[in-house]
Amino acid sequence: MMKIIRPALVSMIVFTVLTGIIYPLAVTGIAQLIFPGQANGSIIMKDGKVVGSSLIGQPFDDPKYFWGRLSATAPFPYNSASSSGSNLAQTNPALVEQAKGRIEALRNADAEAPASVPADLATASGSGLDPHISRAAAAYQIQRVAKNRGMEESKVSALVAAYTEGRQFGILGEPRVNVLRLNLALDDPQ
Amino acid sequence: MTANGVIQIALYLVVLLALVKPLGSYMAKVYEGKPFWSSRVLGPVERLIYRLFGIQADEEMSWKTYAVAALAFKFAFFFLLYLILRLQGILPLNPQGFAGVSPDLAFNTAVSFITNTNWQSYGGESTMSYLTQMMGLSVQNFVSAAQGMAVLVALIRGFSRRSAETIGNFWVDLTRSTLYILLPLSIIMAVMFVSQGVVQNFKPYKNIPLLQTFTYDTPKLDADGKAVIAADNKPITEPAKVLEQTLPLGPAASQIAIKQLGTNGGGFFNVNSAHPFENPTPFSNFLEMLAILLIPASLCYTFGRMIGDRKQGWALLAVMLIIFIPFLILSYSSEQTGNPLLTTAGVDQAASYFQPGGNMEGKEMRFGIANSALWATATTAASNGSVNSMHDSFSPLGGLAPMVLMQLGEVVFGGVGSGLYGMLAFAIVAVFVSGLMVGRTPEYLGKKIEAFEMKMVALVILVPAACVLLGTAVASVTAAGVSGVPNPGPHGFSEILYAFSSAGNNNGSAFGGLSANTPFYNILLGIAMLFGRFWVMVPILAIAGSLASKKYVTPSAGTLPTHTPLFVLFLASIIIIVGALTFFPGLALGPIAEHLMLYK
Repeated sequence: MMKIIRPALVSMIVFTVLTGIIYPLAVTGIAQLIFPGQANGSIIMKDGKVVGSSLIGQPFDDPKYFWGRLSATAPFPYNSASSSGSNLAQTNPALVEQAKGRIEALRNADAEAPASVPADLATASGSGLDPHISRAAAAYQIQRVAKNRGMEESKVSALVAAYTEGRQFGILGEPRVNVLRLNLALDDPQ
Repeated sequence: MTANGVIQIALYLVVLLALVKPLGSYMAKVYEGKPFWSSRVLGPVERLIYRLFGIQADEEMSWKTYAVAALAFKFAFFFLLYLILRLQGILPLNPQGFAGVSPDLAFNTAVSFITNTNWQSYGGESTMSYLTQMMGLSVQNFVSAAQGMAVLVALIRGFSRRSAETIGNFWVDLTRSTLYILLPLSIIMAVMFVSQGVVQNFKPYKNIPLLQTFTYDTPKLDADGKAVIAADNKPITEPAKVLEQTLPLGPAASQIAIKQLGTNGGGFFNVNSAHPFENPTPFSNFLEMLAILLIPASLCYTFGRMIGDRKQGWALLAVMLIIFIPFLILSYSSEQTGNPLLTTAGVDQAASYFQPGGNMEGKEMRFGIANSALWATATTAASNGSVNSMHDSFSPLGGLAPMVLMQLGEVVFGGVGSGLYGMLAFAIVAVFVSGLMVGRTPEYLGKKIEAFEMKMVALVILVPAACVLLGTAVASVTAAGVSGVPNPGPHGFSEILYAFSSAGNNNGSAFGGLSANTPFYNILLGIAMLFGRFWVMVPILAIAGSLASKKYVTPSAGTLPTHTPLFVLFLASIIIIVGALTFFPGLALGPIAEHLMLYK
């Protein structure tokens, strides 16, 4: 019997120390040494102040900013302390209501906006914190942002292009625009 | 489906298959116990561990002793994890001051992690301290995976040994799996994840000012913290101002590496690998998807090498691919089609140069449709259960694919170790059925398949299926079960069916809308997970013991070859037929009915 009980109990301690303490500490050490920026949340600094994380989206509904994906986090959108998707089924009427609400808000902010809204702009992201929108969703908003800021559309377009990331290594993922970084750049043209 | 999407999926499969042979033969060396390069480096650690255990590495076990050791080991870990969860409020490394976890949630979580399921009734960043995540949950990710691999190796020995009493030493197989396979791969993966932006630190959560502050309506509370109700019976709301965002941090990368590699799937954050800190870029996504299928696929090669007939291993891998790829295509094409109701509402879901289009609800922009569908099918084909998009918001058929892949018994890749031993059980069924057809005693890999093996295989196949169907039935007819369902119509039933398919087969993914953090679901799903894991594992070890004791039968002209395309197709059909017979009625009530509603 001891031949089973001793290794069962000792293995509990040995594996907890090996995989629960030594392993995460070793990875933390390597991470902090080689990739400190990434390991600590990819923080964006401006004039010595923290202004956001390039990976975590923020909520925008002011017409002078680009808007991101819808967010289903509770109790308010883009609550990064509590990530969540909407979990609405395709057949759930609430999903259609959610999309219609967004389309209406986009139209209210810009009466001349096109009738057809890009899919990612009318749907909630999986995390509720998605920092990106598609190029179509950015293009959809260029006219509104330019009008509300009194900027030329070509200048806004140039900024959108500057903050568009292509597919990684030319193949992986989808081309996308980082909303927070674009909006920060709009506020600070340098 | 878009051209780029197909290219990304093809690239994924090519890289995966290219790694099968090198990793598979490395793992075979690990289990054969002969000296090799990494045992020269880590050998002293391995020998120290055996000294602490008080065991001899060459002392072998009968299948019963092996099973008792495997169960005692998990029993000990169950109590440790339960205690950590309950006591986390007074333990260190808890910068957010999270309280101890409730008894039913602690039971569910402890069971979930010791069974390699990693069903999560909680949100990581709002419930678990850093200490719980790394010393409780991460440790289970390693050892439950290692346990699955150990049991598989024991079964392989059952095939390869002749007239033997023993099937190996559990502690040795466990230690070697962890030390030589899981740990080194995890360290490499974790560092690569951090390079992409996965967080890895011990800092408290960070508050960040919002660029555009805003207000939202929140229920007004009285002095006792209760909502104030107006005369018209509606809660009174008051505006609350939001000035900043709280970024969750912690030692995430180290946990994510092993949760992907060990087919565990328990996320560091609530939305798992949809979270930008858990899966920040398309490249991290590629690596995390690769890690899901890497070990289960490579073990097929390990199996072939250890029984001395590599074709047998490739044949099983072919069966897995033959089932996997059609479901992948079904899910991808269905998701790319989008939602007809949204098209009517004025949403443009057509894929173009400027947008991925399709059903983007619950999906992240950086992954788009192709990577979300690929992940969903890979994570459910393997018993991983991590997600990078919300399966609950998938189209009916896009969500049917992951559900069926779990219901097939997690044998298409499946869990590390457990997937292949489940597949071998189906292979035994296939030779048995073909033996019946031609009237010969069935044999597989030179071992006669007799009544005892067939009884055990029946348990392996029927127990998880029974857990799924009984659990779904109970939850569908009780108030406690139905009250957790948020979506109306057939999809609500799908949510329950998915939950029990996931728990009974130790997957861990969810249709996340289901409110599962209730005593009812925590306990019922916990029981399904326990039965689904150990009532499969113990019969498998019994088969291993029985096979090991048998003589080798030399193949004759009448022996069915089990590495041919004919057998591959036959085995795949057996798996599909058993799954379809068991689950078609349930699927008809859920996703199929929902699909017909949507396209009526």
